[in-house]
Amino acid sequence: MSTEALTLNNVTVDLRQQRILDGIHLDVSPGSFTCLLGPSGCGKTTLLRAIAGFTPLSQGDIRLGARSITHLPPEKRHTAMVFQSYALWPHMSVGDNLGYPLKLRGVPRAERKRRIAAMLERLELGGFESRAVTQLSGGQRQRIALGRALIIDPPLLLLDEPLSNLDAAIRRSLRSELRRLQKSLGITTIMVTHDQEEALQMADQIVLMRAGKVIQVAAPQTLYQQPADLGVARFLGVDNTVTRHEQDPTVGSRAATFGFRTRDARINEPLRPATLTRKGRVTECVYTGDGYQISLDTNEAELFATANSPIALGTFAVLQVPESALIPFGPDDRHLPPLDRHEDIA
Amino acid sequence: MTISKLLTPLGLGVVLGLVAFIVFGPLLNLVMWAFAEQWFYPNRLPTGWGFSFWERVFRPRAGAWTSLFNTVLVACSAVLLSMALAIPAGYALARQALPARSVIMLLFLLPQAFPNLPIFVNIAAIFYQWGLNGTLVGVVLVHSLPGLVYAVWITTAAFSAVDRSLEEAARNLGASPLRSFTDITLPQALPGLLAASIFVFLDSIDEFTGTFFVGAPEITTLPLLMFNASMGGNYQVAAITALILLIPSVGFMLVIERFLKADVLARVGR
Repeated sequence: MSTEALTLNNVTVDLRQQRILDGIHLDVSPGSFTCLLGPSGCGKTTLLRAIAGFTPLSQGDIRLGARSITHLPPEKRHTAMVFQSYALWPHMSVGDNLGYPLKLRGVPRAERKRRIAAMLERLELGGFESRAVTQLSGGQRQRIALGRALIIDPPLLLLDEPLSNLDAAIRRSLRSELRRLQKSLGITTIMVTHDQEEALQMADQIVLMRAGKVIQVAAPQTLYQQPADLGVARFLGVDNTVTRHEQDPTVGSRAATFGFRTRDARINEPLRPATLTRKGRVTECVYTGDGYQISLDTNEAELFATANSPIALGTFAVLQVPESALIPFGPDDRHLPPLDRHEDIA
Repeated sequence: MTISKLLTPLGLGVVLGLVAFIVFGPLLNLVMWAFAEQWFYPNRLPTGWGFSFWERVFRPRAGAWTSLFNTVLVACSAVLLSMALAIPAGYALARQALPARSVIMLLFLLPQAFPNLPIFVNIAAIFYQWGLNGTLVGVVLVHSLPGLVYAVWITTAAFSAVDRSLEEAARNLGASPLRSFTDITLPQALPGLLAASIFVFLDSIDEFTGTFFVGAPEITTLPLLMFNASMGGNYQVAAITALILLIPSVGFMLVIERFLKADVLARVGR
């Protein structure tokens, strides 16, 4: 089966009189990697389950390629899902787990055996056929769950926080491994995650969700540099917001608020032109590995900045953010399109 | 293995043995009666030991074999009937969001909540009209009534303990609902289902009141035999019958202990 595009049109889900998903529109191009990103409870897992057929829609349409799968039961949708808990069947061996989808499709035993062995090779778990799944480590289980989904050559791969149960080190290595595998197979993939770093690293397209709605659909770079509103920005690590002052740089002259990331804000460095500066008292100084994170109490807000050396608590310091790192927001907290510099001067 | 490692289970065994003695002390009296040939007041211990009453009990025409056969047949049939009803019921109760779920669960408990004597008397009256009195079918039905309570409650717990995502994974990869039930859910719930069957079996083996009202005198089970023997002052026969009844009970208790895992038990009645 070849990989296919996925189209969601006005997908709405109600559970117990509560609207969980509210009119979701989404286009996923064939072979791409899409991340559903958002805080817990935003409906991203429900959306994935709706695509897989486990959550009935109250409105809307889901199309895989040309056909509508909205009213098909899960087993007829041919979407392959990897569950957060992996959902490997403990009463079956590794080989039986991988072979079960093939068995359901009537693949003869010899052919099954060959494809299981090939899949295990691909997952770098060759010879694991007769192992019990309970003996596997978390990372190995994750790979078997992935292999079980991929063994049927599905047109669409659904991943429900596949890496969240793993140690940080394994998670990082599996991220790139998963992405490589996805690229080499060219399979349309949708992954749910609450980890913005994971989404930024892996996705071609990030769908940012909040309270059952899609807030922004963008490539990782765009989402990171131009978050749709302050909420999205905060979720993506923009920890600092300041109201705009007269003397502030003129980028986005209509901006009411500027947002910036802690690592873009420097403390007590020689002042440069076209920077945003704030003065405040140091209330905290924490070592972070590649520097010190300084908490600064200004009159209007508590701001965070980065310094190369520790700064004594209670002293006054100047925080400085280059113009390029400022994200402008309008009075309605929505992102303002960055103005062209020439336009700005004129 | 070092001596201390061997001693730990040994010490534990001794302590457990002591506890068992206190708990099962009265059983000792029973065992003595089973092997006593002469035991008259005021002797503390039997004055004559032997197996002659065992021979009398198992004499072909004494009825012990028939009772044993009836007991096992009725118990097995009650297990089959209860489980046939409890498996679909338990699955539905565990998986479907039934509105009156707790009411239904409570309803299954009702036969146990009422004093069972009036219930069995009334059942006997109804069965008499239907011609079920004195038949094995009647006895099986009467045994399945309390059996169903255990069966439904434990199977519901067993099915709730099966991780739903295991079924969903099977559905997702192409299994029909029935296929995912037989291939995934049933094997996963099997220990709990076995435990439920054993509970029904044990309950049926011990059942007296219902058998007495519905089955007697045509159908004799071991508890009825024991009752008749004790009422006739034949304590040896009663003790021997009791010992026979003890064998499956103790055996299955050990099996249940192995099969009924904490995660299933924790879900009983949820």
